[in-house]
Amino acid sequence: MNIKQTLDAKGLACPMPIVKTKKAIDTLNSGDVLEVLVTDKGALNDFTAWAGAGGHTIVEQKEEAGVLYFYIQKA
Amino acid sequence: MAVTAWTAAQVARKVIENKELFILDVRNEDAFKDWKIDGHKFEYLNIPYFDLLDGVEEILPQMPADKEVLVVCAKEGSSIMVAEMLSDAGLDVGYLEGGMKSWSMYLEPIKVGDLDNGGELYQFVRLGKGCLSYMAISGGEAAIIDAVRFTDVFTNFANEKGVEIKHVFDTHLHADHISGGRHIAEKTGATYYLPPKDAEEVVFDYTALEDGLTVNLGTSQIEVGAMYSPGHTIGSTSFVIDGKYLLTGDILFIDSIGRPDLAGLAEDWVGDLRETLYRRYRTLAEDLIVLPAHFMIIDELNEDGTVAKRLEDLFAENHGLNVEDEEQFRSMVTDNLPPQPNAYQEIRIVNMGKLTPSDEEQTEMEIGPNRCAVR
Repeated sequence: MNIKQTLDAKGLACPMPIVKTKKAIDTLNSGDVLEVLVTDKGALNDFTAWAGAGGHTIVEQKEEAGVLYFYIQKA
Repeated sequence: MAVTAWTAAQVARKVIENKELFILDVRNEDAFKDWKIDGHKFEYLNIPYFDLLDGVEEILPQMPADKEVLVVCAKEGSSIMVAEMLSDAGLDVGYLEGGMKSWSMYLEPIKVGDLDNGGELYQFVRLGKGCLSYMAISGGEAAIIDAVRFTDVFTNFANEKGVEIKHVFDTHLHADHISGGRHIAEKTGATYYLPPKDAEEVVFDYTALEDGLTVNLGTSQIEVGAMYSPGHTIGSTSFVIDGKYLLTGDILFIDSIGRPDLAGLAEDWVGDLRETLYRRYRTLAEDLIVLPAHFMIIDELNEDGTVAKRLEDLFAENHGLNVEDEEQFRSMVTDNLPPQPNAYQEIRIVNMGKLTPSDEEQTEMEIGPNRCAVR
């Protein structure tokens, strides 16, 4: 997996994780993968719904030591 | 124009007083489908906040001109963002302070009625989850039944009333919400009672709530009498207070009856449920006012916001009390049950004292409607 950019959104509360993710993904090219780190638990369902709505793919997601990692491929 | 913060208490007033309100719920669609703020005259629009990040122009035509607009989200963050965007576009809007989290926690104390010798009975209505707790007050003493976990609300209320909490009861081991009963007892030195048949796995000390147990409040003879009424759980117990009120726990609701499957043994308890609803309760005075531990829909609220109805009226109108055929009854309470309440197995374990989750974890467990009834 080729990670084009990493966005550290740890410690940010909703809506900031998705606001920043959207801004970051807007700067990438189609097919690029963005790595996002979040600690806000509410983000889990929202990321899936937002990515789906925008046509992006969550190629991988995991949780390690309380941090959620999303790997989002731009549509 | 302007953004105003609304408290859960203000929203509760709108619900109870049957007022109009337009709610723009910016949570994701699954969350909205699971539960929302219910009001008879409320209008809803659910647009997830992340669909509005580029602006609110698209939804402006859907905003009403003639009623108040409240933006709601899970914890308040997104609703503030969207409210500000709408305000920049020229609208006056409100947002719910603390979001659905604060709605879920909000308790409205409402007086149900008077007891003999100047006593009073209060119902604490948790609109966001449908839980109902009670405090009977008389002669300087109070008894609490089915307290939810916001113990300060109860202890502060007792302080304001100038009464001492002496007895704290749980009608059964709850599966939909975390009980605050034994914590209140610990704080105040009151006795905490739990039906022993529901308490086989608990790890803390409690006083057995046996059939026929009575306590008296203060010097007046307000009697709180326990009556074994299994079926929702094996230990489920009802209370008759002052010969006037029948607290039915989760066995009997205003518009439905309790489900027997939340402790994994539905088949075994159908018989008990039938026995309690069709025989035990039939021996009681019909003018008793039924006060359950939950409500499912706001239609069950009276005009003053209380959830209460005469036993006689329930026998006449409650479908669950009028199924002649026993096989049909069995089928009704075991087939096609709604999904279990969120985290019901974990919540039972917390109520047994075996798990001590953080505040955040407790909030997560209690998300969603109570789902204690058969339908």
